[in-house]
Amino acid sequence: MRTYILRRFLQAIPLLLAISLLSFFIMQLSPGSYLDTMRLNPDVSEELIETMKRQYGLDKSVPEQYFHWLWQILHGNLGESFTYQVPVTHVIKTRVVNTMILSFAAMVIAWGLSIPIGIYSATHKYTMGDNIFTSLAFVGLSIPNFFFALLLLFLIVKFNVPLPINGMTSIMYDFMSPIGKFIDILKHLLVPAIVLGTASMATLTRIMRGQMIEAMRSDYIRTARAKGLKNNKVVYKHAFRNAINPMITIFGFQISMLLSGAALTETVTGWPGLGKMMLTAVRSKDLYLAMAGLMIGSVLLIIGNLIADILLAVSDPRIRYS
Amino acid sequence: MDKINQKPRNLKPGNKDYEFWQDTWKRMRRHKMAVIGGTIIIILYLIVIFAGFLAPYNPYKGFKKHFFHPPTKIHFTDEDGLSWPYVYRTESVDWADYEIIRDKKYPIKLFHRGQEYEFLGLFDTNIHLIGVDEPAHLFLLGSDNYGRDLFTRILFGGRVSMFIGFVAIFITTIIGLIVGGIAGYYGGWVDNILMRFAEVIMSIPSFYLLLALAAVLPIDISSTLRFFLIISILSFRGWAGMARVIRGMVLSVRNEDYVLAAEAIGARDPRIIQKHVLPVTTTYVIVRATVSIPGYIIMESGLSFLGLGIQEPNASWGNMLTAAQNVTKITRFPWLLIPGFMIFFAVLSYNLLGDGLRDALDPKVTDSK
Repeated sequence: MRTYILRRFLQAIPLLLAISLLSFFIMQLSPGSYLDTMRLNPDVSEELIETMKRQYGLDKSVPEQYFHWLWQILHGNLGESFTYQVPVTHVIKTRVVNTMILSFAAMVIAWGLSIPIGIYSATHKYTMGDNIFTSLAFVGLSIPNFFFALLLLFLIVKFNVPLPINGMTSIMYDFMSPIGKFIDILKHLLVPAIVLGTASMATLTRIMRGQMIEAMRSDYIRTARAKGLKNNKVVYKHAFRNAINPMITIFGFQISMLLSGAALTETVTGWPGLGKMMLTAVRSKDLYLAMAGLMIGSVLLIIGNLIADILLAVSDPRIRYS
Repeated sequence: MDKINQKPRNLKPGNKDYEFWQDTWKRMRRHKMAVIGGTIIIILYLIVIFAGFLAPYNPYKGFKKHFFHPPTKIHFTDEDGLSWPYVYRTESVDWADYEIIRDKKYPIKLFHRGQEYEFLGLFDTNIHLIGVDEPAHLFLLGSDNYGRDLFTRILFGGRVSMFIGFVAIFITTIIGLIVGGIAGYYGGWVDNILMRFAEVIMSIPSFYLLLALAAVLPIDISSTLRFFLIISILSFRGWAGMARVIRGMVLSVRNEDYVLAAEAIGARDPRIIQKHVLPVTTTYVIVRATVSIPGYIIMESGLSFLGLGIQEPNASWGNMLTAAQNVTKITRFPWLLIPGFMIFFAVLSYNLLGDGLRDALDPKVTDSK
């Protein structure tokens, strides 16, 4: 197992290099640079732009820039953000944490609800409850994240629900007690987490239901029932343990979906996460910030897939990595 | 695999395929929801194709004195009971506040002569299905910040949203088939390079990649070019997953007897791939294409919503929602949210259709039901 994890880590290195090359290439294709935008500002002198150009190495050729950037990254330096005028690491650290908080909350909602609903639907196939849940899953699957977020915000304002509609903290946040701070963040988290959570929930419920139905049809379930085991035991000890495996494989995909979905949800709800940062960076052609966003996003994705594989090995003794 | 695919292909040429599709169609019709979804999709396409005729106005025409106008109230009754539907004209009394002036009734006219438009790109005409005479306005779903008719823009915006998914999945499928076919058929280093490249694309969170790519697009390009570039971006992101599955399928039939036989006869590689290998993937490709279209519609609307996709003054359901980004605005002018419901209905219909199609084309599922 340990060698497997090690090997996966080693495999990730060339992958990340290729990702960085591709992203750098794409960012270079982008017309104009941040400095062009600055040049439009009459208050900015030509000398300052020249200094910045040298400082950020933008006067060098593209391959040189790339290797310079790569060399810096290997030393833990992600470069400087043009817009914020601070090292990218400063900007990105809190953003990554915020996105992880949001993704985690969304996952708790999605998994916490979809597994029981999936089991219920599978064991009560084609009943009223199952039909309702299946229809709801279709609705959840079909509603774009950002539109759902807009709708929720609209309802909150319309019906005066005492929930914040923007950002991560209130204005009075700095004066709150630690518990107050925690509750304040939770309140801000609710809308984006529900939006993100329901999106994955729809898919997860459908898969869980399908897997469960398939498991309930297998011979070992018939054997278990023939032995006279209680229904609960058959469902949870026999069927469930086998139905959950494909769900864990999906865990990896879910991270990709969450990161992508988060970008739009964060923009609508003002949650200061990685996706919102990425949008600003891409819009203002903040090269190093955008690169860092792409890289960190990819790293999160690769780690997520690795975790999914490890979890799968833990939950299913038939799977062995060597 | 299932039994249908294992029947020798050349037993009754042409006939077997026919049976298979007839069977699929029969199974498909049993899915009521899929039929409903498919019908709604066809209606939506017809509506957006005939947008110019169905819409009362031109999508770029702004009534400057009637911005954020609520949906026009249509009256069906007057003093003597039931009457032909008519509207009253309105006048602005305050910022985005309008007063109904009941001095004259403006009947809704069928085949009304309004603004010019091009009918299906064939000829110019000014006949609209419905309309009212000025100075009254027929804002069926209200108007936006420039006083443009929302209903008209929804119809025209639907063209973008409905066709982008369609064209994008077409291109994605072609790239996926070519790359997956080549990788699976030749194997070796070709396979290795192509699949590693696919892996790179799949390892970047999709929306981040789309954002970076969309930012590459210059601002001053024509709307048609932009439309096709956005499609290319979506396909660039999308082909990888498809190519990988197709490669796996090709790999599994690569050493089947019929492929080896074709090789032995001396058929050329492209012919073998096209005639003997890729047909195995047909059902997968059809199902995958149908279930992916909603994803493309959502991605396009997301990009346009952020201002990186289709640009003003062209309408798309996504960029129409940009106006609704402000919460105070949507509580005052809730009709700005309607384009979102259109995305929802289109995506929902496609999902229902895709679900039915998947069941109908996968005999494994139907057998056990």
